[in-house]
Amino acid sequence: MIEIKDLVVKYRRKNEETLALDKININIGTGDIYTFIGPSGCGKSTLLHVLSGILRDYTGSVRIDGRAIDPKAQRIGLILQNYGLLPWKNVYHNTMLGVKIKNDQQVMDDYGRYILQQLGIESLLDRYPKELSGGQQQRVAIARAFILKPDLLLMDEPFSALDAISREELQDLFLKIWKQNNVTTAFITHSVDEALYLGSKIVVFSPAPGRILEVVNNPCFQLDNLRFRDEYYDMCMNLRKILDKG
Amino acid sequence: MIKVLSNTKWQGALYSLVLVIIIWQALSWLLKLPIIPSPFAVLINIIQIFAAKMEIHLLYSLGRIVGGIALSILLGVPMGFLMGYFNRVDKVLSPLVYFTYPVPKIALLPIIMLLFGLGEASKLIMIVLIIIFQIIITSRDAVKGIPQEIFRSLQSLGANRLQIFKEVIIPASMADVLTATRLALGTAVSILFFTETFGTQYGMGYFIMDAWMRVNYLDMYAGIIILSLMGFCLFTVIDITEKHISSWR
Repeated sequence: MIEIKDLVVKYRRKNEETLALDKININIGTGDIYTFIGPSGCGKSTLLHVLSGILRDYTGSVRIDGRAIDPKAQRIGLILQNYGLLPWKNVYHNTMLGVKIKNDQQVMDDYGRYILQQLGIESLLDRYPKELSGGQQQRVAIARAFILKPDLLLMDEPFSALDAISREELQDLFLKIWKQNNVTTAFITHSVDEALYLGSKIVVFSPAPGRILEVVNNPCFQLDNLRFRDEYYDMCMNLRKILDKG
Repeated sequence: MIKVLSNTKWQGALYSLVLVIIIWQALSWLLKLPIIPSPFAVLINIIQIFAAKMEIHLLYSLGRIVGGIALSILLGVPMGFLMGYFNRVDKVLSPLVYFTYPVPKIALLPIIMLLFGLGEASKLIMIVLIIIFQIIITSRDAVKGIPQEIFRSLQSLGANRLQIFKEVIIPASMADVLTATRLALGTAVSILFFTETFGTQYGMGYFIMDAWMRVNYLDMYAGIIILSLMGFCLFTVIDITEKHISSWR
């Protein structure tokens, strides 16, 4: 369970103070997946930086399972748009990075091998990131996050740099693995389609400074053949309306 | 791919060596001066005197240069890393580094000699003083050039400082540090020669100057060639290490 109460983030640049997030209040239940959508620059990524413990300069309270954020105590899986892989490590060592730092684990266990196999990258273990396509690199980043067995999964527009075909392929693959693990997930996106496809609830942000306009229940979540259904188009319209109003 | 590249590199080295020998030989025939002996006479001289007269000098020079470079890396790299990682350290040390970098250190030689004597210490200090700046600045810039996302991934995993240094900072900047070392090597050989012309009876610098004083041009050329070869070998060693370490690039 993630509880965010009256979260305010300000950026100080020289003598100017910019409000990035204004009074954010939201709870994400354990095992839920929330998508966050809003115009660019609305502070979605800032929220993720707070949740991942990178940004500590904020007011209000953010608690994960009743405790303050501490990346040393909690297991946080972070997946970024540009993958965040270490270019000097091959696929094997990149996917091992999380458990190496958290558990001092040096060798891949059965679960790790299972995840690699699910993501179809078990034959790429010797390759370096520069030798992989964008989609393959993102698979490695996803593998690294899941192998960590995280309490919380944070994803910052992870698929937006990919072409349409690999994007939908990876969305499906991600959902499949996510269902098996049911990790509490905050997923940031700027695509209405992706928000609907991957979120059990959709949090809509206003333009800067970021406020929550609405938290929408998503009846479309996990429906088969979602993109061919009427509900999907209705929800799309609905979301776009909320975004336009903001 | 790498193999093909290094093959052409070796061929290039061979061609230029042949070219240098041809020009040298031509000059020696044309000018007929004792100061320009035939390259083959020099080569034969090297074979004859190397084990007996030159080996000890080569070992001394090699020891000084390897020691100087090792010491510069040992001191300069951690300092550069700290400056690159902690902005506060950078703010304090950067002005100091920028202020002392352009000072011609070789002009400090009399002071170094007065303080540390004529022996090995002042030779080592001279080499370190001159090449350490390149190494400090390169290490600092290498750390500063690491993208923020990479640090973020590690931070979100709760990595401590030691783990960040081990997993990110050292592997990310090793290749740049080696490039700086390779560049510094050329400078280091020149300083080595200069410092070996005083206060010692060993070292290639001494050997060359001594041969010159004795008007033994064959020995002098032998010394120059052996000193150059030593530089070339060190250069190649760093080159190969760099290729190996930066295979991910």
